[in-house]
This record gives sequence, C-alpha cells and structure tokens, in this order.
Amino acid sequence: MQFGIMSVSDITRDPVNDYTPSEAERIRDLVRIAKKTEEVGLDVVAVGEHHNPPFFSSSPTTLLASIAAQTERLTVTTSTTLITTNDPVRIAEEYAMLQHLSGGRMDLMLGRGNTGPVYPWFGQDIRQGLPLALENYNLLHRLWREDVVDWEGSFRTPLQGFTSTPRPLDDVPPFVWHGSIRTPEIAEQAAYYGNGFFANHIFWPKEHTKRMVQFYRQRFEHYGHGTAKQAIVGLGGQTFIGKTSQEARDRFRPYFDNAPVYGHGPTLEDFSTMTPLAVGSVQEVIDKIMGFREYVGDYQRQLFLIDHAGLPTDMVLEQLDLLGGEVVPVLRKELESKRDPEVAANPPSHTDLVKAKYGDAEPRQPRPNANRGDNVTGASPYQDSEGAEAVYPTL
Amino acid sequence: MTHDPFRLVVVSAGASDPSSTHLLADRTAQRAIALAREHGRDVQLSVIQVRELLPELPQALSSQFMGPKFRAAIDTLVAADGIIAAAPVYKAGASAAFTGFFQVLDNDLLIGKPVILAATAGTSRHALVVDEEMRSLFAYLRTLPVPTGLFAAPEDFSSTALTQRIDRAAKELVLLMESGFARSVREDSWGSYQHEYGSAGGTEVGVNFDTDLMRLATGGSHRPT
Repeated sequence: MQFGIMSVSDITRDPVNDYTPSEAERIRDLVRIAKKTEEVGLDVVAVGEHHNPPFFSSSPTTLLASIAAQTERLTVTTSTTLITTNDPVRIAEEYAMLQHLSGGRMDLMLGRGNTGPVYPWFGQDIRQGLPLALENYNLLHRLWREDVVDWEGSFRTPLQGFTSTPRPLDDVPPFVWHGSIRTPEIAEQAAYYGNGFFANHIFWPKEHTKRMVQFYRQRFEHYGHGTAKQAIVGLGGQTFIGKTSQEARDRFRPYFDNAPVYGHGPTLEDFSTMTPLAVGSVQEVIDKIMGFREYVGDYQRQLFLIDHAGLPTDMVLEQLDLLGGEVVPVLRKELESKRDPEVAANPPSHTDLVKAKYGDAEPRQPRPNANRGDNVTGASPYQDSEGAEAVYPTL
Repeated sequence: MTHDPFRLVVVSAGASDPSSTHLLADRTAQRAIALAREHGRDVQLSVIQVRELLPELPQALSSQFMGPKFRAAIDTLVAADGIIAAAPVYKAGASAAFTGFFQVLDNDLLIGKPVILAATAGTSRHALVVDEEMRSLFAYLRTLPVPTGLFAAPEDFSSTALTQRIDRAAKELVLLMESGFARSVREDSWGSYQHEYGSAGGTEVGVNFDTDLMRLATGGSHRPT
C-alpha cells in the first residue's frame, strides 16, 4: 500500500498570524514538503492543476520533474491533471517527458477540476466537460500506445499520421488514474481501460465513495481486467495529528474554520463525523483510516491533503514527521496483515508494467528514422516501426 | 399490495409550537386519513417539522452535507405516497426555512408524488403565495400538486369555507394516492427523467449503459484489443 500527500497548491492566508506566503515561497516550500515526504518514508507526492490565483500549480510536470530530480524513491503524480482543457497531445508529450526524466517514478490522475471559469480560458465549453474528458482520454490512450495515430473527434483538430514524442519510457505508458466524485461515466472509462480509480474522499460522505468504488470494481471485472477486488483504487483524505485529540482539534480548528472550500460552514466535529477528515491523536487517526478499507475494500494508494488552508510550512513538516513516523508504519503493518493475498498491495509501478509487457526480454527503445530533410520522418517514424520506410533514391 | 397503508408525510415549516401552519397541516392530514379509511385504506402518518432540521440546514445549503435528521427526513420522503407541504408566509413568499428545505433535496426525490400545498399568513394579502410561488417550486420538482391549494389567514380558521377547501384538497390527494401514479412513474418511466448517480435520496443507483456518453467512455464504437 502506498501512502503520500496531495497538494491543491493553494496560497492561503494563515488565519492565526495573518501571514500570506508569496508564490515564490509556496513553490519553494512545496518542494521542501515533497522531499520531506520521502525522508519520512512515504511513497507519493501529488499536485493539482489550477490556472488562477490563489493557486500556483499551473505547470505540474515542471514542478514534478524538479521534485523527482531531488528525490530517490518518491513517485510523483497529479491530483488532478485537467483532461478537459488540456490538449491530450500536450498531456501525452509532457507526461512522457516526465516519465523519462523521473526514471518511471511517476503516474498521473485525470480529472475535470472544480473551477468552471477555466474552460473558456482554454477555448472550451464547460457544458461539454464530460464528453471532453472522455474523448480526450480516448485519444491520450492511443497516443501512448500507437507510434502513428490517425484520429478524428468532436473537440480538437483531427490528426493524420501523428506521432507523440518522446515515446513513453521503455515504450510502456504511464499508469493512469481517473478521479471522480459522482460520475459513473468516468468510473466506467477507468474500468474499461483497466486503469486506476481515485475517489476524492474529502468533500463527500463515505456513502458516495463506497457507491462509486463498488461500481468501478464491478465494471473492472466486467471488462475482464481481473476480479472486482483486484481493481486499482486510490483514496484521498485529510488528517491533522496531535499529541492528544484535544490538542489536534485546537491547533487545526482555526485552519478548518477558515478553509477556502468548507470553512465558515459545518463545525470541525460535524465534518469529522460526516466525512473522512481525521483530526485527533495518533491512535484516533489510525483508527479512522483503518476504517476506510471497510467500505472500499483493499486499496492501493492513500493520499492525504495536509498542506492547505494556510497551514504554515513548519507545521506541515511536523505533520509529515508524525504521519511518516507514527501513523503510516502502523497502517502499513495492519493493512498488510488484512490484505487479501489475491489483491495487489501497490498500484503498478513502471517496473511492474515493463515486466508485464516484456517479461525478461529487453524493452523496446524506439530510434527514429533519419530526418528526410523536411523535419519529419513520415508515416514510419522509427527504425522498428511496422510498414516500409520510404527509400529515397540518391540522385 | 393494495392493502398496504398509504404513507402520508406532512412537511410543516411552522415556526412556533403550536403554530397555525401545523394546525392547518394537521387538519388536512386528519381529513385525508379519514377519507382514505372510508375508501378502505389505512394511513401511516409521518410529520417532518422543518424547525427541528434548522440546525442542519446551513451546511446542507452551503455544502450539500445532510445531517442525520435531514437524512431521516429524506428517507421518509422517499417512501411517501402523498405529501402535505405547509409553509408560513411572512414576507410575500413561503418562509425561508420551507423553501430552504425543498431547495436542497435531490431534483428527482419527489417525482410524481401528489402534494397538497398549504400556507398560512397573518393577513389574506398573501393569499396567492400558494398558487403563484409554491406551485412553481413543486412543478420544478415534478411533483403532482393537487388542484386545490390551501391558504389560511387568521379569519379563515373559523370559517366553514376553509373546512370545505381542506375537504376538497384531501379528497384530491386521496384519489391521486389511490391512482398509484407516482409508483407507476417510478416503474414505467423513471429512466426518462434526469438523474444523477446516487440521487433520489441515494436510491438512484441504476446506470444506463446505452448512452452516447457511455459509448464514448468505452472508446467510442471501437474497442481496442
């Protein structure tokens, strides 16, 4: 089971000392937080994508490449990459590049975001949000699996003989998660392709998560990727850990009460009862997280939102010490002891995917054919591409 | 099955106890129960006092979080065969508590259910609130409001005309409950209404795979091997 953190990349005034960090500080600090995540023994750092203040993560692959370069084991991923307003061709290119530079220590999560105004900024129409997401992924899926793609859809320019570069590392596409709160079409798409399904698990009561995950599992089995229990599931979550439950609540309360999304609404106590938010002592947080498995089954990735709502970086780093030092080791042990042996402990890593594709054989390493002089290689772009390479007579 | 008791649910947004809104709703409910019994059907009456749900209303409005009392109220409404919805009118419209309660319900929770719309006010100047305001909200929710709307200002409570209107509305409600219209809609044409996954109070978990979106979700018409 993988554990990690997910950042929204919000830059929020600290309600306790009234301090608002600069963009430069928050960007620098998220890299510190990511490095610390690895140091304390966690596995994953995910970052969201936003295109307006008060957020900074407009260019996740640049940020994640930097984090990957400064870490050894960490898997970098997104929470989420906008599959709606990004051109799937750019997603294919940028994330394949990240995959090469991180040595395969990456995957990505596709979502539709929560900011309506983004659509027109990128020339799209929010009313088409769902069909955009579905169609864009269909294309992305092919761009990473076929050297040469002919494609025509409803939302972007048709492609004829297009090759997305670089080809994925070892010609094995990155693992993809589809994130959704209550849209069965997204879960269906994840199941159809045998991809992972990630439930936000922050703003909604557990009944919603349970329903969606069950649906995804059934459909995963329906499409023949394995049994329902073997489907690849990830969950979000939120924690704040204290020495005692009272201390945790006292310290977290001002940040909760002023949080951008749910602040000035339900009380911390009500929200903790109705949602997966876990605020309390080490043992209380462990108990609550252990409960997630009861309604989603054995799952492969748990991400926590811990660097938001104006929480100062020092406090986030301290939370990581507690999470990595005291909470996650217990969770790993207890969840591992309960895990059904037929269910994978982790989502597929790059190494797993290479092994699944090639066994013990050497992975394919695409080498382009020569530039024909017009900066293209034609319909047979690689030396091992199927189809005959055009031969130009020497005149 | 026809011998099951009707499940009649009163939703009353009266603010005080006793309140004239509760009083009007209760008189109407008792009349409907009596009429149903004359037709050989028993009635199981549930009363949702919106006032008791008010502590949970702000978070339901702001973030769709339904507290335990709200969820119990929704479960009661899911099972309702008929509804009596009664609002006090203070300022030219049904009270905020009343509209707030119905605003946060799933759009498909009450489809086809017969409803008596009732309102009380301190003056008869508010008399058109039932038919001009409340009726449109219940039309949006695709309920079946009975033809007779009930409105009572203080002077009406002692008039036989109100009693007659209550009797008329109750009769209309019983006839609509007897027709089984809501159940038939649920059984025969439920899919033709718009739903979201998990809507209708968490009961809507059927997924239609025969849609353009579902075909797109599964790679369009082409399934890669």
